[in-house]
This record gives sequence, structure tokens and C-alpha cells, in this order.
Amino acid sequence: MSHMREASARQRPDFDGLFREPSIVTGVDLSIKGLGKAFGAKQILRGLDLFVPAGQFVAVVGRSGCGKSTLLRLVAGLDKPSGGTIRFGGEEASVKGNTPVRVMFQEPRLLPWARLLANVEIGLGMRKNAMANNEAALEALRAVGLGDRAQEWPSPLSGGQKQRVALARALVSKPRLLAFDEPLGALDALTRIEMQSLLERVWQRDKFTALLVTHDVAEALTLADRVIMIEDGKITFDINVDLPRPRHRGSVDLALLEERILSLLLRKDADQPEYEI
Amino acid sequence: MSDAPLALSASEPLSGPRGSWLAKFFIKIDWLAWAVPAGLLIAWQIASSFGLIPSTVLPSPADVALAGWKLAASGDLFINIGVSTLRALAGLAVGGGIGFVFGFANGLSKLSERLTDTTFQMLRNIPHLALIPLVILWFGIEEEAKLFLVALGVFFPIYLNTLHGIRNVDPQLVEMGRSYGLSSFALLRRVILPGALPSILVGLRFGLGVMWLTLIVAETIAAQSGIGYMAMQAREFMQVDVVVFSVLIYAALGKLADSTARLLEKLCLKWHPAFQDLMG
Ligand SMILES: Nc1ncnc2c1ncn2[C@@H]1O[C@H](COP(=O)(O)OP(=O)(O)O)[C@@H](O)[C@H]1O
Ligand SMILES: [Mg+2]
Repeated sequence: MSHMREASARQRPDFDGLFREPSIVTGVDLSIKGLGKAFGAKQILRGLDLFVPAGQFVAVVGRSGCGKSTLLRLVAGLDKPSGGTIRFGGEEASVKGNTPVRVMFQEPRLLPWARLLANVEIGLGMRKNAMANNEAALEALRAVGLGDRAQEWPSPLSGGQKQRVALARALVSKPRLLAFDEPLGALDALTRIEMQSLLERVWQRDKFTALLVTHDVAEALTLADRVIMIEDGKITFDINVDLPRPRHRGSVDLALLEERILSLLLRKDADQPEYEI
Repeated sequence: MSDAPLALSASEPLSGPRGSWLAKFFIKIDWLAWAVPAGLLIAWQIASSFGLIPSTVLPSPADVALAGWKLAASGDLFINIGVSTLRALAGLAVGGGIGFVFGFANGLSKLSERLTDTTFQMLRNIPHLALIPLVILWFGIEEEAKLFLVALGVFFPIYLNTLHGIRNVDPQLVEMGRSYGLSSFALLRRVILPGALPSILVGLRFGLGVMWLTLIVAETIAAQSGIGYMAMQAREFMQVDVVVFSVLIYAALGKLADSTARLLEKLCLKWHPAFQDLMG
């Protein structure tokens, strides 16, 4: 029994490690105006407007293929918009290599040939100081509970552990906006819940602006200050979630909200059934 | 192989006591795998001793060993091995280097690929040994002839595998690197090159095989030193034992090259799950 407690204590994320000194960098405003994106003749986003104040946690929901990932890739600068502007804190989306945005993808995308520490160091991009990089990467790894495995290869890790390394890599540069593209989509239910609370606590400490794409409405409601829904290339639904944190799955308020959003999502389905019955 | 302990790099924590690698190495040798060659050798010796195989066709192992001993004692053996090895490595460096550079360039740049790839694919279909008459016309039997042939032979496997490796680097990893602000050089060094390395090493192994094959043929036909020349010289004087010994030397050198390539794979691909259990 005591042996078990010891093991879990070692695994528990060491937040104080990452945030020993109060973080100076906080979130950044995100303002999107008239954003459009077309792939060939297919118009995915049309005239999308969105303002996210610094430090807000926004969840983006929508049916599969509605353009959630496209929006996120545009915000992260991985694709060029075909129209409209994206600004961070009043500045034009900046030149490459100098973006305040970090992305966490659905896949961990760890370099299999780099040890965990080196993988996290990638998050610091081109920063030169090797000693400081090492230190920062180790702290970030500790913060996700993997500090004692810094010198291991990624391949034997479980899916959840790999995503934790990916989270450390995203956090290590203290991003001002963190964009998640269904980061927990591939995890099993229990690991997912653990990761959700990890995400929430990390966000509460660091107060970066968060943009979370998810197809799981319950997840959106557990984590986000605000949930937006994309339909036909626009935001058709935008609601603030004013529930106290930490939120408990299965609470009535949450369930009612979830019901409402789900019915909105499904309404679309009833109008245009994908399959003939 | 005496350089086996290189596989345990100093920074790696050893699983067992430090001094035991030699013991482990000998335990690791698969004795069963060597039973058949050893049996054949014994059978050969017995057959020769009883006169079943005329020594003008195939001298006994003991005679071959004696011939080898004489060659070694006179110093000829080591000079010739040295000359052959130098030729092989020079050809490998030139052909492999050019193949690597073009494989890399064509894997990264569409323009470069469009300019050169079709040409290479066409040339690839010419057996390079078929060029020997032409090469002799060009270079006589000077060193350039051997260098040219070996380099040409080594070029293609390294070029093709490097190209394949670069093309198959996971684009998601490249995108990740870009989005995290890595410069082009850092992206090459930390993502693209390591991603292509397994394939490049496969190319190297093929290249080493081609290297020896080409050199044997070239030295037999157009050389005045080297092991191939030693064998041809011996043939003129009907020294079958020396001929057989030369063949064995080639086999040993080929095996050594292959083992080196495998060792390199183990060292460079420690991260790869397929190599992790091998590392212990
Ligand atoms: N690079 C691309 N080229 C062409 N079509 C694309 C590309 N990326 C996404 N699409 C299309 O855009 C639509 C929205 O994709 P995406 O944003 O990934 O949807 P989701 O909301 O499920 O994340 C899909 O129909 C997809 O086929
Ligand atoms: Mg998506």
C-alpha cells in the first residue's frame, strides 16, 4: 500500500517545478476578421469572425469536416488564409519562426530518434542557450510527471505518456496562445480524463489563451470558458460557460448544456441525412 | 570481431558488470551456425588427404593455409590487402558521397529531381561492369579505372536509398518542426537526416556489397596490384592454393564490411524499436 502511494507521488505532475517563478508572459488577444479558406473550388471557411480575449479558454466544436482543423492551422500559421486577417494582440500574424502560437496535434509527433528531453527542447525552437534549454525542458517534463524519464526513447511510451511529452514540448516555450487539435482524441477514456485535468491545471497556472478543437462536447464543457460551433464555414453558435471549476462531469448544469449543444449539432443531421434509410 | 565492444558506448549504462562484454560476446556466438562450415572444412580436408580431390583442382585446407602463411610472411599479402582496401574505400567515398549528395538534393528539391533523376534512372540500367572495356580504353589499367568503376557501382544503391529515405520522412514531423520555429538547417539536422538514416544505412550496406564485387572483377581484369591481381598472377603459375586463398580473403573482407555496416546500424539506430533488444 505504502509502496503504491510512493509510486503515485512520483508520477504526480510537479506544477511548482514549472511555475516556481511566476510566469510573466500571459495570454494574447486573438482577433480574426473575415477569415476565408478555400481548397481549390471547395470553400471551407467563409467570412469567419472571432475575437478571443487574452487568457480565455475557447473550445471549437462542429461536425467532422466543418473546418475546425483548418481554422486552427490558419491560426497557427501552418496554412495561408485565402481571405481575411488574423491578429495577435493587435499585431498582424507574424513572420514565420516568431509566432506566439504553439500547437499540440492529435498525434504526439515526437521524434523517435530523440530522447524525451531532446524532444521537449524542440519546443524552444531556435533558442541558443543549451544549458538554459536543458533546464527548461526538464522542468516542463517534470510538470507533466515524466521528469524521471528524460533520458528515455519515446517509442516504448503509452499514448497518454507521449501526449504528455507533446504537452511539455508545447509548454516549454511559454506560448501566449496554445492551439490543440483534438489532442486527446486517440486516448482511452481514463487517460483522457486525467489529461483533461492536467490541461486545465496547466492553463490555470499559465493563463495562456487556449483554442481547443474537439468533437467531444463534454470535454469542451469541462475545460472551456466559451464554446463556439462552426457550421458552413461560419460561427453559428457561441456560448459562455459560466460554471465553477473544477467542473464535475455529470453535474446537472453541464448535462443540460451538453444536451443543448448536441441537439444543435444533430439538428443539421436531421435536415440532411447522410444515409438513406 | 574485435571491435564489437564499440556497440556499448561509454555514456550508456551497462546492464551487466562492465568487464563481462567479452564473455557475453562469446556466449552470443551461435555455435550451431558455425557447425556446417566447420563440418565442410573437415570433410574437405579428409577428402584431400585421401586423394579424393586432386590438389591441382582444389588443394587441401592445410595447403591453402600454408600458402596464406607464406604470403603473409613475405609481406605481399598485406601490401595487396592494403592496396585493395584503399581502392575500395576511395571508390566508396567518391561514389557514396556523390550518391548521398544527389539523393539528398533530389529528395528535397523538385527542381533538382526533375533535372537529374531521369538521367540517373537511365544510367542505372547499364550494368556498370559492362563498361570495363570502355574504362580500359579511357584510363588504361591505372588507378582511375578502378576508382571510376567502384564509384559508379556504389553510387546507385546509395543514391536510391538516400532519395527514398528523404522522401519517406514523416511529413507530420516536418510540419511539427516548422511550426516550432526550427530553421531549415535545424530541420535538416534534427528531423530529416535522422528520419532518412535507416534507409541511407541500407543503401550503404548494398553499396559495400557492390564495392567488393566491382573491385574483384576490376582487379582481375585490369590491375597490377591488389588481391584480384594476386589471384590472377597465381593462376599464371598454376598456384591453385594461392588462388583459393585469395578467394577466401575476399570473402573475409566482404563479411567484415557487412559487419561494419551492421554495427553502424546498431549504433545509429539505437532509438529504433527493432534495434533496442539487440542493444541489451
Ligand atoms: N490540404 C487540404 N486540401 C484539400 N482539402 C482539404 C485540405 N485540408 C482539409 N481539407 C478539407 O477541408 C474540410 C475541412 O477539413 P478539417 O478542417 O480538417 O475538418 P475538421 O473540422 O474535421 O477538422 C474537409 O472537407 C477536408 O476534406
Ligand atoms: Mg480535424
